[in-house]
Amino acid sequence: MSLEIIGITVLWLFLYGYLIVASIDFGAGFFAYYARVSKKEHIMSKLISRYLSPVWEVTNVFFVFFFVGLVGFFPDTAYYYGTALLLPGSVAIILIAIRGSFYAFGNYGSKDSTLYLFLYGATGLLIPASLSTALTISEGGYLREDETGVTFLAGELFTSPYSWSVVFLAIVSVLYISASFLTYYADRAEDYDSRAIMRKFALFWGAPTIIASLMVFAGLRSHNGEHFERALDLWWMFGLSLVFFLIAGYLIFKKKNYGTAFLMVMLQFFFAFFGYGASHLPYILYPFITVEGSVVNETMGIALVTVFILGLCLLIPSLYLLMRLFLFDADYVKGKK
Amino acid sequence: MLELDGVMLSRLLTASTLIFHVIFATIGVGIPVMIAIAEFIGLKKNDPHYLLLARRWARGFTITVAVGVVTGTAIGLQLSLLWPSFMQVAGQVIALPLFMETFAFFFEAIFLGIYLYTWDRFKNRWLHWLLNIPIVIGASLSAFFITTVNAFMNTPQGFDIIDGETVNISPLAAMFNPATPTKVFHVITSSYMTSALILAAITAFIILAKKGTDYHKKALRLTMTAALIFSAGTALAGDLSAKFLAKEQPEKLAAAEWHFETESNADLIIFGTIDENNEISNEIRIPGMLSFLAGNSFDTEVIGLDEFPEEERPPLWVHYMFDMMVGIGMYSLFIAGLFVMFMFIKRFNEWNKLLLMGIVASGPLAMLAIEFGWIYAEVGRQPWILRGIMTVDEAATTSGSVGIAFGLFLALYAVLGFFCVKVLLRMFKNRPPEAELEKRFPGGSL
Repeated sequence: MSLEIIGITVLWLFLYGYLIVASIDFGAGFFAYYARVSKKEHIMSKLISRYLSPVWEVTNVFFVFFFVGLVGFFPDTAYYYGTALLLPGSVAIILIAIRGSFYAFGNYGSKDSTLYLFLYGATGLLIPASLSTALTISEGGYLREDETGVTFLAGELFTSPYSWSVVFLAIVSVLYISASFLTYYADRAEDYDSRAIMRKFALFWGAPTIIASLMVFAGLRSHNGEHFERALDLWWMFGLSLVFFLIAGYLIFKKKNYGTAFLMVMLQFFFAFFGYGASHLPYILYPFITVEGSVVNETMGIALVTVFILGLCLLIPSLYLLMRLFLFDADYVKGKK
Repeated sequence: MLELDGVMLSRLLTASTLIFHVIFATIGVGIPVMIAIAEFIGLKKNDPHYLLLARRWARGFTITVAVGVVTGTAIGLQLSLLWPSFMQVAGQVIALPLFMETFAFFFEAIFLGIYLYTWDRFKNRWLHWLLNIPIVIGASLSAFFITTVNAFMNTPQGFDIIDGETVNISPLAAMFNPATPTKVFHVITSSYMTSALILAAITAFIILAKKGTDYHKKALRLTMTAALIFSAGTALAGDLSAKFLAKEQPEKLAAAEWHFETESNADLIIFGTIDENNEISNEIRIPGMLSFLAGNSFDTEVIGLDEFPEEERPPLWVHYMFDMMVGIGMYSLFIAGLFVMFMFIKRFNEWNKLLLMGIVASGPLAMLAIEFGWIYAEVGRQPWILRGIMTVDEAATTSGSVGIAFGLFLALYAVLGFFCVKVLLRMFKNRPPEAELEKRFPGGSL
């Protein structure tokens, strides 16, 4: 495998990791706020905060890891995206900053503040929407390059149906992934009231993810036909994604094996996400940056890959410990520890 | 005077992010060490006071960590957003430590999450203490990696530029550039020192307000002893840094010292004023001292600013930043030394009101010194972003929206700063340690 393919695969894996853990986190914020306003707080909030408290910072690091790695492996992305994304990027950072801080303020400081919880819940939906614009921009058509540099065509982005279909997909996916995870977590905690609520959400948000995906495909076809053709070549990955979706939906509907069901949801997104990513290649940013053309020099590339492998040797056992203590420790989950 | 073009706005936005972030970064590097020490003593002496100390410090720490994480994310992204051309070049050579920093932080974040939620979960309390190790290592390694990047901006090496192409790249040589050892040493010791002094200042404040108990006295003794060790380390690191500058980056030292002509037996100038002809007045002058600081001998020749073309000289106001940083450093060493001396000599009372007031001042002052030091470090490198290779003007974004972003971020930092203080005050107000002590350790037993 060539260096650039290793690099982009690693980064894509981390982005996938972020997609899953951040979706759980973002959606949980929304559900926590929903629980407060619908007076079901006593049921759900405990469950949500038990899971989130120890892991929220880890979520953030997945994201930092992705963009630092992207600039490391493909330095040209810094130039194009950096110039283009100043405003949308800044908005996303500010939302992430508000979310992270107010989570901590609310959770460790004053638990009863509805304002903190509102900020936490609202940003959970706005962040995926704003981050997803980076993926939209990568399809081309929203940047212009001339002698003065790179210009971001904000007007084009805001009026593009493709762009809105991606935003829609991002938001419904967040709610769907989060609901299916929290159903499983509630099941483990033997918190049957919360499980019933979360299960309804999981079932409710399932179909929209598929509809939104189809809309994205339709949008892609007219926006970037080349990419759409390459995606069709990888039809089997999207097919598998659909199969896993159906299994997950079936299990949740039948009220059994919630753990497996969540695993199926993860696989559903894994195949869709990698199908999308693989068909996106060779472009990182159409038509300006390709993986071959922008990859960092070989020395640095090898150094980064080496560090990455060493880093994983350190992180995987640590993450395992974290999950064992908080995710898979039945007593902890049930609130006995 | 100040022209608000894109470059200036990019600099201002970066500066405001760093000035805000460095408060939390400094605390983030130093406080874990203090928590680890307190928990260690608590377990060793079977003393619930120290355990509670670790626990309460850790609780406040969660708030500052959160702000540190999010502002760290902000500066990480702003590097690419505001300085795209710099990151395009730097990415080729110095991406490695940036990448490793995320790993170090990842590692720290995982164990911090575990640490905060497992106080009473292990039968053997030492197991919980062990969790401090990855946190301290992760925090200090983060500081190390990021500082190597900043060092690289001052003394870039590990690559050649031939026909506009970066070639012959050596990531390790870039990381371990000449500025790295002294800079890392200085950043880490000063973070430890500042964190110890901030905790000491809070404790001294409570004792002064007559709410102090044994718990607070133990806390103050511990933090001030640590502060003495760390401020001595900081002084040594500062001295080594000056010697490094004299050798490798003389224009930065010369600007800080208002030293214009290369000479041996150069005078050290403290404060003072300067006019447009570079005439200095109102200063305190110590003959030969600059030469001594630069090379341990009055005969050391110190390179002056006159050897650098006008447009490559850093602005002269960094002199004040430098002097205030050093002045506060000296003060910290003095006050910590005084307290520790009073602690050991029975005749003296270390709970003297004046001394306690001096300690209360030392916390915020130390944080100011960190700010002054970083302003000196960054402005003293001007006009370069990569010394000798790329200027800040060449590196800045061409985007027209920096002004809006600057406004948004200023508002963000104001909001975060306000709520951070508010939440911290609320967290500890009306929750005296005695009540918590009785709750967690009934009858004073572990």
